[in-house]
Amino acid sequence: MFDSLSERLTQTLRGITGKARLTEENVSAALRDVRMALLEADVALPVVKDFIDTVKRRALGSVVDLSLNPGEAFVKIVHEELVRVMGEANDALDLNTKPPAIILMAGLQGAGKTTTVAKLARFLKERHKKKVAVVSADVYRPAAITQLQTLAAEVGAYFIASSGDQQPLDIARRAVKEAGTQFADVLLVDTAGRLAIDADMMAEIQLLQAELEPVETLFVVDAMTGQDAANTAKAFNDALNLTGVVLAKADGDARGGAALSVRAITGKPIKFLGMGEKTDALEPFYPDRLASRILGMGDVLSLIEEAERKVDKQKAQKLARKLQKGKRFDLEDFRDQLHQMANMGGMGSLMEKLPGMNQLPPGAQAQVDDGMFTKMAVIIDSMTSHERRFPDVINGSRKQRIARGSGTQVPDVNRVLKQHKQMQKMMKKVTRKGGMQKMMRGLQGMRTPGGPSGMSR
Amino acid sequence: MSDTKENGGKGGFWKRLSASLGKTRSQLAAGVGNLLLGEKEIDQEVLDDLETALLLTDVGIDTTQEIMADLSRRVRRKELNDTVALHGALGLLLKELVDPLVKPFEVPAADRPFVIFMVGVNGAGKTTSIGKLARYLKQQGLSVMLAAGDTFRAAAVEQLQAWGERNDVAVVAQGQGADSASVVYDAVQAAESRGIDVLIADTAGRLQAKTNLMEELAKIKRVVQRLNARAPHEVLLVLDAGVGQNALSQVREFDAATGVTGLILTKLDGTAKAGVVFAIARQVRKPIYFIGIGEGIDDLKPFAAESFVDALLANE
Repeated sequence: MFDSLSERLTQTLRGITGKARLTEENVSAALRDVRMALLEADVALPVVKDFIDTVKRRALGSVVDLSLNPGEAFVKIVHEELVRVMGEANDALDLNTKPPAIILMAGLQGAGKTTTVAKLARFLKERHKKKVAVVSADVYRPAAITQLQTLAAEVGAYFIASSGDQQPLDIARRAVKEAGTQFADVLLVDTAGRLAIDADMMAEIQLLQAELEPVETLFVVDAMTGQDAANTAKAFNDALNLTGVVLAKADGDARGGAALSVRAITGKPIKFLGMGEKTDALEPFYPDRLASRILGMGDVLSLIEEAERKVDKQKAQKLARKLQKGKRFDLEDFRDQLHQMANMGGMGSLMEKLPGMNQLPPGAQAQVDDGMFTKMAVIIDSMTSHERRFPDVINGSRKQRIARGSGTQVPDVNRVLKQHKQMQKMMKKVTRKGGMQKMMRGLQGMRTPGGPSGMSR
Repeated sequence: MSDTKENGGKGGFWKRLSASLGKTRSQLAAGVGNLLLGEKEIDQEVLDDLETALLLTDVGIDTTQEIMADLSRRVRRKELNDTVALHGALGLLLKELVDPLVKPFEVPAADRPFVIFMVGVNGAGKTTSIGKLARYLKQQGLSVMLAAGDTFRAAAVEQLQAWGERNDVAVVAQGQGADSASVVYDAVQAAESRGIDVLIADTAGRLQAKTNLMEELAKIKRVVQRLNARAPHEVLLVLDAGVGQNALSQVREFDAATGVTGLILTKLDGTAKAGVVFAIARQVRKPIYFIGIGEGIDDLKPFAAESFVDALLANE
């Protein structure tokens, strides 16, 4: 989501790299671009102003560290400041209370509250081994309660029934009781979407909060929100004294300035990012990592974490042993790789986290399409196991059969075979003596701040 | 409480829109209207404040700079001498910008059934807009049928069915997990055989960056075109007024996938001002047929440039 913002900042900062000193002149040019980039990213104007002022003051006032060139020093200041605005660390949920720990959700219509409740329920159940109960106090939107019921069944949360003719306050009271008798550790309370200027509805949720005394009151905000994020976040925070923010729909192409705005204006931590429509698509928010991502340094840390969780270690080790023995990387292995890639959220999600990826021309990134990988796997699935192990036997008529079987065209089959050949070549290089070290060196170069400049040194 | 919401209630609706836009302004340090209130000389500070105010309504940096360049030029040429003149010039400029987006929503008698697709990102307000649009069309004496094409989101079908009941119109559905294209295909067939005037097809919300999901939309369109080459007659993109500059990308990507014919701007009863409409007018030019101003069944109104800009510029 932050691709465009990081692209833009990286471009600006590339200009400043190589200058001898940080002067009023070259800094103000960079700052102007940073301002434009932030505004285009929908960061609220007051937040932008504050951010620019602080960066400028620090950039001009600071003694440049001797080990850094001025460009790097500027990057460091912008980075530190971004981290500061977004909050310094990920605040996990505070569930230390007499169970059930109650979490109240709040937000505008269509922000993504109900989906977030399902994701949170799954997150707490799977990662924290909590028994989770959910209830909906949304008696206004048609089928909102049914939606939560369906999702609860899907994620294995205990669903507390409610209905459209009940009062939200009664629903809440009953739910707390029922969660107690069910020995739930956590009770998630979904609420109707409401406008911050709707006094009646805001009063309603204030009453709900007073009754429930939740340990967490989370504000769900759409990552695509524009300048209004500032007004809305402020109004909700004033009314409810929020404890945290969930940034929903952060997997789109929105530049996500709302994250900065909401954090700066409420002073409340962003705790999670919604990264997809599936119920497992909830990620903890790490401001430092996100700031690095904005500056094009990549989010290597979360990538590693995710890889560890999802990659099938056995298969990976099997492949490694096979390669070490000098065996060839065949189409079976290739297919495994494609599946693992899909497990990790697909190429798009992978690339977003790799350093330097935003340096690729936008066209090149668009070409990487997860659908393509699915298609490739289908093509390989349509081969016989003999063909997968010995791709060289695949002749014209076999290609035609494979294309028919996979619902593709012969050129698509050719493309898969060609890509496999290239992978094979790369694997050979890696397994050759010294190959790995060479590659690691390359990676290290990419990890220095400023990315591309680091690579060219 | 839900009753007053349903009825749309108190005062004219433009008054309500103006009131809600006004509420926002009062929260901001500098609203466009207040800023230019009273006769004052135009100095750099006035221009800077105006730029700020435009940016705060999500007009976007490019469009704001273009508007400011135009106004500043006229100030330099002494064509605009005080803030009152500046106010007038700005209003005129904004109206001229959005005027080409005004287009009445028409259902020609020749096209039966007249097929409408509702598309948009998650949570934009597609299903609610369908409920209101069905009401609007029924009031014009047209028979309406709905297709529950959102087969992905939990209870989306039930939500649409609830709107079907409120409007007393039939809903064609297969349930969660069904193939969306096949639901819409069935519905078009059903509408044909029952002699229905308008079929409105709901679709699952999707972020425009998800290529495979956008491809699915294109597929629904292809499948429906097997029944009727002219369908869908309208593809309406539902845009949340709160969305910032991402709205442009939404219009572009949905247009590329399905050929968007018009927009519905929802949630204009909140504090968001949807200044991005001006950027849309400049860069992507799709007509805005309707605006949504509440959750009630009657809270859908045709878009009017004059009133939209007036509401934005009005003084408290």
